[in-house]
Amino acid sequence: MLDKFVAVVTKIPVGFATVLKTLFRKPVTIQYPEQQKPMSARFRGRHHLKRYDDGLEKCIGCALCAAACPADAIYVEAAENTNEQRYSPGERYAKTYEINMLRCIFCGYCEDACPTNAIVLEPIEFPTGYTRESMIYTKDMLLEAPPAGVPATPQQTPPGKYDRAILPFPPITD
Amino acid sequence: MNPILEAVLKSAAVLVVALTGFAYMTWIERKFIGRLQARIGPNRAGPFGLLQPVADGLKLIFKESITPANVDVLVYFLAPIVAVVPALVLFAVIPFGSDPTFQLASGINVGALYVMAVIGVGIYGMILAGWASNNKYALLGGLRASAQVISYELGLGLAVLSVIMMASSASLNDIVAYQQPGNILGWLIFRQPVAAAIFAVTALAELARAPFDLVEAEQELTAGFMTEYGGMKFALFYMSEYVKMIAMSALFVTFFLGGWSGPFVNEAPALSLVYFTVKVLVCLLVMVWVRATLPRIRYDKLMAFGWKVLLPVGLLNVVITAFLIAAGVPGYK
Repeated sequence: MLDKFVAVVTKIPVGFATVLKTLFRKPVTIQYPEQQKPMSARFRGRHHLKRYDDGLEKCIGCALCAAACPADAIYVEAAENTNEQRYSPGERYAKTYEINMLRCIFCGYCEDACPTNAIVLEPIEFPTGYTRESMIYTKDMLLEAPPAGVPATPQQTPPGKYDRAILPFPPITD
Repeated sequence: MNPILEAVLKSAAVLVVALTGFAYMTWIERKFIGRLQARIGPNRAGPFGLLQPVADGLKLIFKESITPANVDVLVYFLAPIVAVVPALVLFAVIPFGSDPTFQLASGINVGALYVMAVIGVGIYGMILAGWASNNKYALLGGLRASAQVISYELGLGLAVLSVIMMASSASLNDIVAYQQPGNILGWLIFRQPVAAAIFAVTALAELARAPFDLVEAEQELTAGFMTEYGGMKFALFYMSEYVKMIAMSALFVTFFLGGWSGPFVNEAPALSLVYFTVKVLVCLLVMVWVRATLPRIRYDKLMAFGWKVLLPVGLLNVVITAFLIAAGVPGYK
C-alpha cells in the first residue's frame, strides 16, 4: 500500500514532466502539400512512356510488361509501323497502351521486363482521381512529350533506317 | 439602471463569453495537445487555425439531423438540452471580478450548495441520452456516467465542505474574500492542499475527462451516450462538456486559487477580470496536459479509487480541518 503510494507520488510527476518537455520540441509534422519529404531517386511513382531523342517512341508494343505484370494492370494492343506512319523503330508500335492505376501495385516488374526501357516509374506525380474510369491511364496520358524541336509521332522516315526495334550489339572483336 | 434589464444584459454577456470560450477552448485544446505530442495541431482554417471552431460549427449545423429508429423521441431530443443548461447555469454564482458589475448572483449565501446541486442535475443529460438512444453502447455509457458521477460527487462535496468550513460561509464572494486578496499564501490551495487535490481529481471525473473518460471510452463504447447523436445534437453535448470544463476551472480558481484576487485589484477593478481569466486558463491548460499524459483508468479501479481512497481521505480531511479550526491553529482561524 505504502510503496504503491510512493510509486504514484514519485513516478507520475516524471510522466508529466516528459509530456511537458515535448512542448519545447520542434513538431515533427510535415505540412504535406507545401512541404514534401525528399524522395529516393529510385522511388517508383507513376509510369511514363519514354521517347528517343529523335522523337520516336521507345515502346514497340511487345506487351512483355503486360505479361510481367502481377496485377494484370496493363493492356497493350500493337499495330504495324510503316515508313510513312512511323511511331517507333522496328515493325510494331503500341496502338493502345493502358494502365489501370487502381490495380497497379507499383512493383516495377514492367520496367524490368521492357526490352527498350520504354516504361519508367518516376518519383514524380502520383495517380489520383475521383472516378474509377479516370484512374485508367491511356497512352496519351503516359507518353512523354517529344524533345524540343523534334516532331511528334507518327513521323515520315526514310526506308531502311528503322528496320530493327532494338539495335544489335556491336560485333565482338578481340 | 433597471435591475432586471441589468441582470438580463449581464447574463447575456456571460453566455456569449462562455460559448465563445467553449469554441476557442476546443481550438486551444487541439493546439496545445498537438504541441504536447510534437504535432502542430489545426492550422488550415484561418491564421494559426483560428477559424477552426467556426468551420467545425458550420459543418455540424449543416449535417443532416438523423433520428434513429425506435428511440424515445421526446427524451432523445430533450437530453442534449438537459445536458447543456446546467453547464451554463453554473456560471451564475461565480464571481468573475471584484466589482459587483462583474458578478451575477455570487453573493447568495448558498452559492457552494447551488454549485453542487447544479452539477448533480447535469448527470441527467447523460443518463437520459443513454436511455433514450435505444443502443446498447449508449445505455452502457449512460450507466457508467451515472455511476461515476454519483460516486465522485461525494468526494467533490467533501472538498467543497472543507472550503466552506474554512471560510465559514457558502457564499462564493465570502470564500474569495476569505482568501485575503493580495496575499498569495492566503489561497486555500496552500492551507487545504488535500481538499484541492481531491477537488481536482473529482472535477476531472465529474467532467468525464481523461483519465476518467470511461463514459465515452471510444475503444469499448464507440462514443458512449453520444453514440446516436449527430450534427447539432452532438454539438450540444460537446458544448456542455467544454462549458462544464470552463465552469469547473472557474470554481477551482474561486475555491482554491483566490478567485479574482491579485495585485492592484483595488486600484483597477478591471484587473480582477484579467487575473480570473488567466487563472482559469491555466487550470484549463493543466486539464489538457493531464489528458495528454495519463492513460484511461480501468472501470473497477475508478470505482475503487472513488469509494476506497477519495471518500475516506476527504472525510479525514474534513475531520482534521474541523479539529484545526476548533483548536484555533493559526491560519485556520
